Amino acid sequence: MKKRLVMIGNGMAGARCIEEILKRQPDMYDITMIGDEPYPNYNRIMLSNVLQGKTTFNDININDWDWYEANQIKLISNERVTHIEREARHVVTNQGTTIPYDELIIATGSSAFILPVPGHNLEGVVGFRTIEDTQHMMDAAKQYKKAVVIGGGLLGLEAARGLLDRGMDVHVVHLLPNLMEMQLDHAAAKLLQKDLEKQGMKFLMEKKTAEIYGEQRVQGLRFDDGTSVECDLLVMAVGIRPNVAIAREAGLDVNRAIQVNDYMQTSDPLIYAVGECAEHRGIAYGLVAPLYEQGIVLADFLTGQPTMGYQGSILSTQLKVAGCDLFSGGEIHPCENTKSIVVQDEFTGAYKKVLVRDNKVVGVVLYGDASDGTRLFSMLKKGADVQEFTSASVLHKAGEESGLDVASMSANETVCGCNGVTKGTIVGAILEHGLTSFNEVKAVTKAGGSCGKCRGTVEAILAHTLGDKFDASAEVSGMCGCTTLSRDEVVAAIKEKGMHTPKEVRMVLGFKHEEGCSKCRPALNYYLRMLRPEEYEDDKASRFVNERMDGNIQKDGTFSVVPRMYGGTTTPDDLIRIGQVAKKYNVPLVKITGAARVGLFGVKKEDVPNVWAELDMKSGYAYSKSLRNVKSCVGSQFCRFGTQDSLGLGIRLEQEIEMVDTPHKMKMGVTGCPRNCAEVLTKDFGIVCVENGYQLYFGGNGGTEVRECDSLTTVATEDEVVLMAKAYVQLYRESGIYGERTAPWVERVGVETVRTALGEASQVAELAARFEQARGTYREAWRATLEDEQRQNMYSIEKR
Amino acid sequence: MSTTTDKIKVIKLEDLAVQIGKEVLVKDQSIAIFRLSNGDVRAVSNRCPHKDGPLAEGIVSGEYVFCPLHDWKISLVTGEVQKPDDGCIQTYETEIIDGYVYIGGLG
Repeated sequence: MKKRLVMIGNGMAGARCIEEILKRQPDMYDITMIGDEPYPNYNRIMLSNVLQGKTTFNDININDWDWYEANQIKLISNERVTHIEREARHVVTNQGTTIPYDELIIATGSSAFILPVPGHNLEGVVGFRTIEDTQHMMDAAKQYKKAVVIGGGLLGLEAARGLLDRGMDVHVVHLLPNLMEMQLDHAAAKLLQKDLEKQGMKFLMEKKTAEIYGEQRVQGLRFDDGTSVECDLLVMAVGIRPNVAIAREAGLDVNRAIQVNDYMQTSDPLIYAVGECAEHRGIAYGLVAPLYEQGIVLADFLTGQPTMGYQGSILSTQLKVAGCDLFSGGEIHPCENTKSIVVQDEFTGAYKKVLVRDNKVVGVVLYGDASDGTRLFSMLKKGADVQEFTSASVLHKAGEESGLDVASMSANETVCGCNGVTKGTIVGAILEHGLTSFNEVKAVTKAGGSCGKCRGTVEAILAHTLGDKFDASAEVSGMCGCTTLSRDEVVAAIKEKGMHTPKEVRMVLGFKHEEGCSKCRPALNYYLRMLRPEEYEDDKASRFVNERMDGNIQKDGTFSVVPRMYGGTTTPDDLIRIGQVAKKYNVPLVKITGAARVGLFGVKKEDVPNVWAELDMKSGYAYSKSLRNVKSCVGSQFCRFGTQDSLGLGIRLEQEIEMVDTPHKMKMGVTGCPRNCAEVLTKDFGIVCVENGYQLYFGGNGGTEVRECDSLTTVATEDEVVLMAKAYVQLYRESGIYGERTAPWVERVGVETVRTALGEASQVAELAARFEQARGTYREAWRATLEDEQRQNMYSIEKR
Repeated sequence: MSTTTDKIKVIKLEDLAVQIGKEVLVKDQSIAIFRLSNGDVRAVSNRCPHKDGPLAEGIVSGEYVFCPLHDWKISLVTGEVQKPDDGCIQTYETEIIDGYVYIGGLG
């Protein structure tokens, strides 16, 4: 007969221990688990994500009911063990059930500590510990407005953030001057507080609660200094109290928690304790990583595997609040024999402190950018000698950092602190199961399955283990979240299968969302019109607002109006008219734009069509993915150095290429001599006039990432310039990814590919002809809207 | 909570283009009205909880609108902001009577 293993408790630490036992010896024990919550075990640390609306209760189950059945574990839920009868070797529940054991594990965890002040049992006062607590808070947020969270520690701040997200006004009350004083020093705590205040959280620091008041439901609390704050929900996040009553009653040695040795054995050798209810070498842990480590040690011990025993844990912490990136591990406060390396960057708001003793890292506090956390913490755990490292390198060039050094991590180093997954486990799983993506690793090993902060490290390990076979972009290679197909695959399928509408494309190619998303809607609209210029009708509803409304939306919902000024030229009459219209409509900003036109900014939506009508000018397409402008110097008409009529050529190019949709916006330039006053070498297409002709350049960019043009060829006449320009634009239209500027496009397809394609006269002629065909289907946008009442309707606001 | 159950007539149904939002001002509140491709008409507060983006100008896919300013995805049915962002907007009841859209539930 198998030995009977009974576990009191059904929480994270306990369940993890059982999982580990099953992994080692699936048939060694008859296992019974007794839990007083009416759920299978769930990931408690994810409750704050549930509260913050980032996930749902359904997604935080660790093991569902099937798991117990599949592993032949008897689960007694909704029943509570009331006492242990050690001599009879059985436990008794509140329902009177008697369950005999050969080995007993106590994994009763802990409870939220509720301050024993007057009023603590009023309605609306909760801890933050269980699914019920979380549900209670979510329900309260729907009905009530004001919340107070007592406790500015990890849990309290996550709770406060969740309540803010649910629309409540939130005060955090903290006894001490610094938030998260267990994990942060003064400087980091103040940065955190400042960031949280920016998110709308309010703080009452150094306040001691004296009394909670209210009739039936909480109405507020009073502090011992006589001040008070109102609330209709009060969350206590002031700490936890290990659940030790049954252990104490059974006569086991109990201090703050149940005392255990290195093998998690209590003072009765047949009874063990793991998790928050256990006290090891004077410490009762409240974070998940050490509890998992204890579970693994106990599993080894119970299944007869060799084990070093539990040696205690050095803790590290991260906070699950968006916009507050922090990491804390080991010691926080400097003492006599420690030295600190402190880097405070007020420019980016980043703060880093590393405490060093005897040339070894003993503590890490990072705020603002916690990406170094894992690496520094691994140095701490390894006891690495810091003398080999640069301590504070400031302002090195972006991209020079070498990143994570996963190669030097040892196999037993923890990567995922939440689920206690080591590098060795991850590498083993990658090789054994042939995993190639973060999500697969997460599914098999649980690494990254809780807070997800270790994703970067997991991917680095994947890259290191698989070498070239790992492609981090593989998971996001699709056009958008709706499909895993790339742009080229989608365009090829449209051609092959003769598809005509975006809806058809999404259906046939099995897009995840029937109606697409804000990424693929405009892209499919572009590809279809590019492929079928004469039959596909542009879908305004698939256009991003700027292209739908033919103006750039400003941050306050107003629009800009930028009329066309070919080559940057205008007339006195036009300027006067612009001035009059701007005055009439109280346009708040009139500015020369980057593309050398006059822009009217802040035009009210309902005024936009009237402004166009009164200006009586063409749209400058300053909002579109198409040719914006051709920047030109005055050239030989006026300039004493000008070799050709660069201005005339610029105007002609702009007139012949405008309006036609391209994958992204395009800017061109023509300069009259190699002095290059028109700065054409960072344009999508640039022309340098010289005595004997025109030098053509392509693929430049002066924006996000500066890229200098590559040279294409030199031609002799203006007509040839225009022809080449059209062929080039069409080549880009036909092979560019929607949203990709020419600079990255050229990098992607290769400079030589472009040169070759445009090096063949017949191909140039065909490309240019296809461009002309497309161009014939475009009408000037503002005029088109002014002639179409229904389109104008988009600008009006009904008032009721 | 509701102080009135009055429905307010806001716009002719045929003036609502499918999948293109429409801003209406009702009792000085800016409300975005949408006609979804399944025929449903939905009304929500015209302010994205992120930076007050005018949702009426967003791209509409299925029951979701994408804020034109920073691409937050919001359900027009529940008012909930979709992952990875968080938040919620007010939704209003709608009804079509004799070819006109009425909205209710305004305070």
